[in-house]
Parts: sequence; structure tokens; C-alpha cells
Amino acid sequence: MVDFLEALNDPAVAFLRYALLAGLLASVSLGVVGSYVVVRRITYLAAAIAHCVLGGVGAAVYLQQTQQWAWCNPMFGATAAALLAALVIGLVSLYAREREDTVIGAVWVVGMSIGLLFFYKTPRFVDPMSYLFGNILLVSARDVWMVAAMGAAVAAFGLGFYNKLLAVCFDEEFAALRGVRARLYYLLLLCLTAVAVVLMVRVVGIVLVIALVTLPAAVAGHFAQRLWQMMILAVLCSMACVFAGLAISYPTDLRPGPTIVLIAGAAYLLTAILARLRTTV
Amino acid sequence: MPTEAVISLREVTFSYGGPPVLEDVGFSVGPREAVCMVGPNGGGKTTLVKLVLGLLNPQRGEIRLFGESPRRQRRRAGYVPQHIQYDPRFPVSVMDIVLMGRLGQGGIRGLTGWYGRDDRRAAIDALEQVGMEPLRRRPFSALSGGQRQRVLIARALCCRPELLLLDEPTANVDTAVECRLAELLAELNRRMAIVMVSHDLGFVSGLVERVICVNRRVAVHPTSDLTGKTIHELYGGEVRMVRHDEHTPHEHADG
Repeated sequence: MVDFLEALNDPAVAFLRYALLAGLLASVSLGVVGSYVVVRRITYLAAAIAHCVLGGVGAAVYLQQTQQWAWCNPMFGATAAALLAALVIGLVSLYAREREDTVIGAVWVVGMSIGLLFFYKTPRFVDPMSYLFGNILLVSARDVWMVAAMGAAVAAFGLGFYNKLLAVCFDEEFAALRGVRARLYYLLLLCLTAVAVVLMVRVVGIVLVIALVTLPAAVAGHFAQRLWQMMILAVLCSMACVFAGLAISYPTDLRPGPTIVLIAGAAYLLTAILARLRTTV
Repeated sequence: MPTEAVISLREVTFSYGGPPVLEDVGFSVGPREAVCMVGPNGGGKTTLVKLVLGLLNPQRGEIRLFGESPRRQRRRAGYVPQHIQYDPRFPVSVMDIVLMGRLGQGGIRGLTGWYGRDDRRAAIDALEQVGMEPLRRRPFSALSGGQRQRVLIARALCCRPELLLLDEPTANVDTAVECRLAELLAELNRRMAIVMVSHDLGFVSGLVERVICVNRRVAVHPTSDLTGKTIHELYGGEVRMVRHDEHTPHEHADG
């Protein structure tokens, strides 16, 4: 623990400080969005969106190298792919006559496959593992600024339209009857989820990020009686998981992404047991 | 036009893609009228309510709400869905839910959906009407079935409706709650038209003037005509009918 705190001040391992900052900042928007995702029960959609991010990252890495498009960096590709996936998955879940889960499962794997093919066609080898499971060595000061700016935007939308999003999540039909464009807000929610997911890709990766969307909100759900309370608790829980995960993984040389996720999982298990004991006693 | 029909349907046919759920349906409901839709499960009662609210569109026929298309006029209606369809673990308070009835207003506040003092006043007012004001800070999940029902009625009243549509208001509530609900609806009926869906013929018989029997097709009966024979034809079996007459005399005394 002392090692970890000292390392945070050590200029030689600046990435650790950046990773912690990015993780804590991303926790804010993830806690807000994750609470909506959990109460609206669209974890599955959020997971599909997160996995499609690999398609965008792969395409961006490929284009950056082969076309010399410097602006086309992996985070740009990730954001574009996440938003596209959010809209496709959202529209499918709203309008498709097909079995919804089948189509969403298909979008999920197609997005990943596109990404993997791009990775393998990229001339200079880039390891997809960094994006799948996170790699804090890649976090730069610029990333921290990007996470702060985009996270602030997501939180502003998520909190600014709180009443409408709450109404749409609780009872879409009634919200529509009151003149709220329920489908539009549902798509907005999926787009906010998409951006929030991208913010955590550097730290925990595409595959593991869904744990930080749902588990902190699920932990908070055991204690919160209002949605905004759930959001505050989820943000704090997510921050605690990120901090503890980095603090444990740094001196022990474990990978930070899986460590953070395991802590979040343990927190969920613990609070679920506590909640059960409280109701049965 | 105070005498214009609140709801009117003409030759309405609807299907979810398969055989028609409703066929050639026509009836109308006047202002301050109270009617009940009865009929077997899958007979199309809830579908009919959703058609009236413009949540579904008919394949054929015409539906008018306050003389116009349902989508244009549905804000004048208060809708009370079945309370059992809600996620019991949703973290939301009584007040949060009732305030939802104030969404969808114009202006900048309508855009963001933030509530003002007048919205809160209206919500408290609606909760007082259903006797739930003291519980306004409670989580929805901590309420009984009857209390949840009343919260959803308050949410609908918070819209200041001229028509109240209730889907199965007596599902999963006990007889005592039913009686209080009947009194509340009779009271509200002085100010607004009421259309409800119910299985409970005993509950509705003291409350409504007409019964709309829905089983793919629709037949309208005055309540006094409801006999064992019509009910038998409607449900295709014996239905036990409970008389609630003993709860109504005080109204006669008042009148």
C-alpha cells in the first residue's frame, strides 16, 4: 500500500498515476450510466456494445498504419464503433421482428470479428489483448484529459435528463403517453452507455468493462432507495474498486484489469449475501 | 362541446400479425360516464385500452379520443396500468412516480424534464386525493399491492385528466382495498369519465352504468342487464358473482 502511494508520486511510473486518474474519472460516468442500465435491465445490450468496440479499435489501428491517418487513433475508432453499435442494437431491440437476443448476439460477435481481422491485417503487430483486457501502460496524460471531457459530457446528459430517463426506465409506455419521446431517450441511454464504456477501455479493457458498468450499480442497488442514491453509491463503489485493484495489482505484479473486476465481483457477492441476511433475519 | 364523446370507436379491427384480436368493434363513451370492459383473458381488453391511447394502431376502422386522433389528445387521459407489471426492486419513491404524471410539458422545463414547485404541489395534491400523501417518501417496493395501485392512480390524477383509464385495478388487491377503491372511483367519476378493465363483475356493478363485453367482438350492456345468462355466454362458463350492495347505502343517505 505504501509502495503504491509512493509509486503514484514517482515520475518514472507516471502511467500508474494516469491510469488511476482515468479510472476514477471514468467511474463517475459509469456509475451514472450503469445505474440506468441495471434498473432498465439492459446489461446484455451494454455488453454487446462494449464488444463491438473492438471492431472500431481494429479498424482505426489498421487505417492509421496503412493510410497514415494520424487522427484515426484507437480511441476515436472505439468511440465511433461504440456509438454505431449502440444505435444498431437500440434500433434492433426497438423495431426488429426477429428474436431480439439472437440479433444482438450476432451483432456482438460480428463486431469483434471485424476488429480481429483488422488486427491481423495490420502490418506492424498490435496486440488485441491490450484492448480486450486493458493495459495501463498505454494510458497517457492526453487520455486522462479525454476521459475527463467525455466523462463530464456523459454525466451531464445522464443527470440533466434524469427525470425523463427515470420515467422511461420505469415505465416507457406511461412516459410516451406524457409526450416524452421514449424511444429517443432509450437510444440516448444506449449512446451514453457506449461512450462510458469506451472511457474504461484503456484501464480494464473491452471484455471486462461490463463488470464496471453493472457490478457497482448492482452493489449500490442493495442499499439505495432512489435512483440518484444508487448512482452516488455506484460511483463511489466503482472508484473504490479501481483504487483497490490498482493498489493490489501494482506491488504483486498482477494484471490490473482482472484484479479490479474480481474486487468488484467480490463486493457484489458480499453485499448480495448481506442483503439476503438482512431480509431473512 | 361538453357533450362530445370522450371515446368513440367505429368498425375497429386489430391484430398483432395473426388472426384478429378485435374485430369490427364500435362503441362510444360520453363525458362523466363510467364504463367497464369485461371479458376472458386474451379477449382483447388491454389491447382495446392501448388502441384508445394510441399506443397501438388499428388495421381498420376509426378511433377518436376527444374527437381527434388518440396521439394528439392522449395527454388529456390518465392511464393506470396493472401494478403487478413493475419491477419490485426498482429504486424509486412514491413521489418520484407520481411526479412522472407532470412530464411532457412545453417550454424549457419540458425539454429537460426538471420539476418545479408547482409540479410538486400537484403531485402532493394527487397523493392526498388517494390518501397516500403521508407515504410519499416511501420506496415503491415497500408498499402493499393496494397502496401501489393508489400511487399509480395518483400518478394518473397528477396529469389532471378528463378521462381515467384503469387496467385491472382490482388485480391482486383484497376486498377491503377494493371497497375503498370503488369509493374513490365513484368520487372521481363526478369530475371525469372512467373506463376500466376488470374481471370483477361484482366490483364494477355498483360503479358503472354500462358494461362493454370484449371477446374479439364487443357487446355493450347496461349494468342492470347483467344476468347469469349473459355472463355465461361471455365467459363460456360459470362465474361467481359477488354483490357489493352493502357498501353503497351511505351514498344514498348523502344524496
